[in-house]
Amino acid sequence: MTAFLGPFLRHRLFWPVVILVGLLLLNLVFTDNFFHVEMKDDHLYGSLIDIFRFGAPLILVSLGMTLVIATSGIDLSVGSVVAISGALACLQISDLGNQNSVGGVLSAVGVALLLSLVLGAWNGLLVAGVGIQPIIATLILMVAGRGLAQLITQGQIITINSSPYKLIGGGYWLTVPFGIIIVIAVLALTAFLTRRLALGLLIESVGGNAEASRLAGIGSRAVIITVYTFCALCAGIAGLMISSNVSSADGNNAGLWIELDAILAVVIGGTPLSGGRFSLGGTVLGALIIQTLTTTIYSIGVPPQTTLLFKALVVTIVCLLQSPAFRAKVFHRRRRPAGAPPVAEEKVRVSA
Amino acid sequence: MAEPAPILQMRGIGKQFPGVKALDGVDFRLLPGEVHALMGENGAGKSTLIKVLTGVYDIDAGEIELRGARVAFSSPLAAQHAGISTVYQEVNLCANLSVAENIFIGREPRRLGRIQWKEMRRRAAELLSRLEIDIDVSAALSSYSLAVQQMVAIARAVDIDAQVLILDEPTSSLDASEVAQLFRVMRRLKEQGIAILFVSHFLDQIYEIADRMTILRNGRLVGEYLTSELSQVELVGKMIGRELADLERLEGKPMARQTPALVEADGLGRSGAIEPFTLTIHEGEVVGLAGLLGSGRTEVARLLFGADHAGSGTLRIGGEQVGLRTPRAAIRHHVAFCSENRRAEGLVPELTVRENIVLALQAARGWTRPIPRRRQDELVSKYVSALNIRPADPEQLVRNLSGGNQQKVMLARWLILEPRLLILDEPTRGIDVGAKAEIQRLVAELSDGGMAVLFISAELEEVLRLSHKVGVLRDRKLVAEIDNDERLTTDALTETIASGAAS
Repeated sequence: MTAFLGPFLRHRLFWPVVILVGLLLLNLVFTDNFFHVEMKDDHLYGSLIDIFRFGAPLILVSLGMTLVIATSGIDLSVGSVVAISGALACLQISDLGNQNSVGGVLSAVGVALLLSLVLGAWNGLLVAGVGIQPIIATLILMVAGRGLAQLITQGQIITINSSPYKLIGGGYWLTVPFGIIIVIAVLALTAFLTRRLALGLLIESVGGNAEASRLAGIGSRAVIITVYTFCALCAGIAGLMISSNVSSADGNNAGLWIELDAILAVVIGGTPLSGGRFSLGGTVLGALIIQTLTTTIYSIGVPPQTTLLFKALVVTIVCLLQSPAFRAKVFHRRRRPAGAPPVAEEKVRVSA
Repeated sequence: MAEPAPILQMRGIGKQFPGVKALDGVDFRLLPGEVHALMGENGAGKSTLIKVLTGVYDIDAGEIELRGARVAFSSPLAAQHAGISTVYQEVNLCANLSVAENIFIGREPRRLGRIQWKEMRRRAAELLSRLEIDIDVSAALSSYSLAVQQMVAIARAVDIDAQVLILDEPTSSLDASEVAQLFRVMRRLKEQGIAILFVSHFLDQIYEIADRMTILRNGRLVGEYLTSELSQVELVGKMIGRELADLERLEGKPMARQTPALVEADGLGRSGAIEPFTLTIHEGEVVGLAGLLGSGRTEVARLLFGADHAGSGTLRIGGEQVGLRTPRAAIRHHVAFCSENRRAEGLVPELTVRENIVLALQAARGWTRPIPRRRQDELVSKYVSALNIRPADPEQLVRNLSGGNQQKVMLARWLILEPRLLILDEPTRGIDVGAKAEIQRLVAELSDGGMAVLFISAELEEVLRLSHKVGVLRDRKLVAEIDNDERLTTDALTETIASGAAS
């Protein structure tokens, strides 16, 4: 039995999948028809669809974050970019004579994403060009970006009423929530760039050993600027989604703390913070776990004042279960010589 | 003479890695007060045996007895507490901490929980002076040469109350006088009854210091011998399982070349690293660089590869003046560089053999033009078999390979680029006789094929055997450039290195 399950147990994504399934089953106990998906007015409805739909912005931000972390960097500014992008788009739409004009909405979206790209390139330049440590470099935009978002909204919440814009975060296309389609498209694009083209290899190389990569002729500066720009673009799209879903832009609260959830999603997905190997599939699972957890907290009726504590506890357990060293300690305590957990050796260099 | 009871006895040790049987039924013993050499080619299982002994790995089969009691160490720390200390092949200290902190890390002298810094520095200085090393112990370890760092690691291991001291290639980065110094220390420890397990690829050193040796091949025990009863030729035969003839086949010194100049450095220099030097490398020519550790050999290579910026002078490649601002630019001019520091500057340990091999080619093409997977597999399998990389599994993580095989992976990475100038910085350091001969033969073949090679090595015999021309460095200065004709001998080279003038 163990021999048969071996390959599954050792698969990198085994534990994230177990945790996600566990959370979903937990919901089944508390919510009737949790797994039920139905068609209403030509739209897909159901709790599972909602998890995907509300989790879409987080998945996007986490995808960008995965590439940044793979270069052994980190991007704290994604939450601010979310706010800026949503604020700029909403500001432009609110200035439109006809808020339902598709052309006007498209140009607003374009300008917001363009600004996101510029902000990402700024982060990349600070990290790769100036040589500031990533956590400090992106902290600048994390703090300043909130101010920029408020400058755009002038401290107000901009409310709009535009049906084309509403499509991005709240609409449907071919019965599927539009946000899910965007996520799938971005995921496909990311997978194409990194796995079909060679960007992934170069990113993993830079994250695995920056100096060796430089001496192998990799333009690590360009690679790093690319990933920060890409990360900000993902955050920009997420910002559009969030503001579109509520038809308003809130410079203060949009995307607040999303950077932390995104980093968590990446780590749960099995990409080490030290950089190197990354897993896009793992990150998507990680983001889904976090979103499912949030849904679970509401559905099982945890009192609002303890939700954060509850979430922290679950996340701690998830991270411990994810850790090979912890599992080896707890589950293989008395079987060391025979059980020889291969996981404990992973960080050790073999040079026989 | 009756043998004392072994202090350490290992029986039937087996260790399996994914896809590799690293050790298979190996017996090993250590007697008190002896220096015992562990011999074998790269990948024979030496390092694995050591790591099993010191608790870095678990064993899959067999048993370990220390002073007659069965033991199983869960970590290197546990082994250390039991009296087994190790100095690894590549310095395993914290470069950002001071020398004193490195020596006492984890066992700082304390009073009421506070670290007594003064006491610590005093004891560190005393300890090092016993090894005849006089340095400022409060300076960061990184400010010292690799050789000094190595000695600090040994000082640390010696100071921990060790009964078994394991030295895994401690001499690979030391020069001759430092080796002599180390051997003095080893003999003193031996007199105190400490058992020393010694690993080195330098046969002369083994014969100078070791009393007894155990030979491994492909993870299996070949046998245990007294050093005095086994000749060098027999030893090599047992290690590689074939005759030594391989090494001899390269006889006949290469002749100087009359080919167009490929690389012309004129007054190229960088302050603090290397004084301006002038050097011409012709097509198909092997230029050797000789000199002591820290004499500027690596610095010359780094300037020619654009790894560092040149502060002065000009560089022409193929007649065209170039300013190499980055390695990327050098690679575009078909210059390749294998760093001596494989771990820090060469390989990406988390990536596979295949990925490490295609890395430079992919970087040169840019990420928008991926190398088709089939082409990658072709290239990789060609070089894995041509260079005899073991295990021959392209999807194995490169960190799971032994030192010599990692070196071959580095070579393969550059060879698929078909460079015009290949710079090899200590390509044979820390690798075994068989692989060394393979690499030397490869260099000769490449140069016959028209590739220029800059060959840097601490072993003068090797430099002489391969080079058409030898540049001698001393105190960060290129002091002589000598054609390798019949008159040049290792003695003459040594003389030049020592005196700084061509004889």
